Amino acid sequence: MSILDDGARRLRRLFARASAGGGRQPAAAGGDAGPRGSGLGALSGEYLAAAVTDPLIVFDGNGLLVHANAAAFSAFGGIVAGMALPLRFRTPEMQALFDGILSGGMKSQTVDYTEKLPVERTYRASASAVGHGTGLYVLAFKDQSETRRIDRMRADFIANASHELRTPLASIAGFIETLRGPARDDPAAREKFLAVMQEQTTRMARLIDDLLSLSRLEMKPYLAPGAKVDIVEVVAEVIDFLAPLANENGIVVERRFPDGVGPVPGDRDELFQVFQNLFENACKYGQEGGRVIVSIERGHDGPMPTVDVTVRDFGPGIAEEHIPRITERFYRIEQESGIRRKGTGLGLAIVKHILTRHNARLSVRSQPGEGAAFTVHLPAA
Amino acid sequence: MEFARIASAYEGELNYLTKRIAAMGGHAERMVEQAIAALVHADPALARKVVEDDAVLDEAQREVDDKAIVIIARRQPMAVDLREVIGAIRISADLERVGDLAKNVAKRVAAVAEVGQPARLFRGIEALAELALAQLKQVLDVYASRSVDKLGFVRDRDGEIDAMYTSLFRELLTHMMEDPRNITPCTHLLFCAKNIERIGDHATNIAETIYHIVTAEQMPAERPKGDKTDQLVLPAR
Repeated sequence: MSILDDGARRLRRLFARASAGGGRQPAAAGGDAGPRGSGLGALSGEYLAAAVTDPLIVFDGNGLLVHANAAAFSAFGGIVAGMALPLRFRTPEMQALFDGILSGGMKSQTVDYTEKLPVERTYRASASAVGHGTGLYVLAFKDQSETRRIDRMRADFIANASHELRTPLASIAGFIETLRGPARDDPAAREKFLAVMQEQTTRMARLIDDLLSLSRLEMKPYLAPGAKVDIVEVVAEVIDFLAPLANENGIVVERRFPDGVGPVPGDRDELFQVFQNLFENACKYGQEGGRVIVSIERGHDGPMPTVDVTVRDFGPGIAEEHIPRITERFYRIEQESGIRRKGTGLGLAIVKHILTRHNARLSVRSQPGEGAAFTVHLPAA
Repeated sequence: MEFARIASAYEGELNYLTKRIAAMGGHAERMVEQAIAALVHADPALARKVVEDDAVLDEAQREVDDKAIVIIARRQPMAVDLREVIGAIRISADLERVGDLAKNVAKRVAAVAEVGQPARLFRGIEALAELALAQLKQVLDVYASRSVDKLGFVRDRDGEIDAMYTSLFRELLTHMMEDPRNITPCTHLLFCAKNIERIGDHATNIAETIYHIVTAEQMPAERPKGDKTDQLVLPAR
């Protein structure tokens, strides 16, 4: 902390110096500029940095972090006061940037910087010296992820959609051909084929919905800060919303909700989707078990308090080798067998995406023949 | 004042060492990313670049070793400084191995690209690589911040990588049994998966070294796991 304080003092000194040279400033209108009204002079560097919404880091001649604004702390995990920045920003381009600036060879320099984790983000990072002879440098990041992501999203969407929509389309085309040809005057076959076609089109519509919501999630990698959600209420709503599905599959739902679970930080609609997907899966894949238990508990993730929501079914369970992979897009467990595809293959990919944004974890426990339990560990604060 | 001057020169040498390690880390991360991208997108030109880039890491490792030996000989470091220097030697060796493994993946790109393979096999490899890279990145971030209390994730992540590798292994085997023509490309993919899994192991080694540098103690042993329950854990920042 002392280094940070020291840095703050230096920043303040720096701005004091700037204000001392106030003679160069244009006179304020009316000419009654008092000490308070002397334009930028009275402005503290910290306030200025805090007001900037892009990540901003001030460092000294040894590459040590002097001050970072709130945007920088939230964009880059694991930065602490006084740390050597070249150790944190390790890409060859950033190394060259620090070398160029710190050796005094360059006045300012700009490079592209990509962080792959937890969600991929691309920045234009520019470093330059602050003022004259201050010994301080500023590193500013401009988020370019949006443009990159739009390009990528378009490519991904087209690749996935064309590949995954081809199969149901081909089967519908086949049925249409049969209906116009051999089955033209066979009402029983027509009825049967139309039912299958309807099922296929429903699946295609769902696939497009899922692809769109995944793409939308990838478009905005950050969560709006400050939003709080009453998790008990959300889960209860999901269960009510899907009650018809549970009835249809003959599922009895058991709720185990404790009292006094406070609100957790998060996005209401997104968390609704998480529990909707998990509950829907439990009803569909755990059909033969006849019941689903939804429980909410307080837990711990290391020292962090969490709220854990578990959706447990009593279906066939998931074999060990599939568990690590089920959140991959289009990963299917019944790859060879003739069992009809029940889902789009995107539900858990969406769950994973949303939870990553919430800094939450998903754990899956399952034994073949005894059902599966999906637990969402949400940070409580 | 002579003492202060020597002390600051000494500090400069130690800082230089850690900075070289970080640069090596960045380079190794980049090589792994590009090797996987070359494999997934069947890009032989990128693969060649990765193979050439490995020389940079080899050179950096030699330089770190030399510098470390000079520091030990001239400054006779004690306690945390000594651990820092020995740690640098160890970490640079691990990072050099990570580079070798990435290079090995890159070398296999041509053989895999010759015969087109279904996208889902690459998705598995990509997911595995994502885990290993996350492990490496987080460990190197801790090298920068020295907050070793944040190293708890390493063991979990290690188990996850192993589970994912086992699953991929089965999938590739099934694929080979379906059609013998798949044997050559799938064997290469199997080696790629093994290499990626090894990268995760090196990241774990680095984590143990960092823990030792900062605390002078060994990283606590693995905590017992529920034997029959399988866990899947998503990354937390």
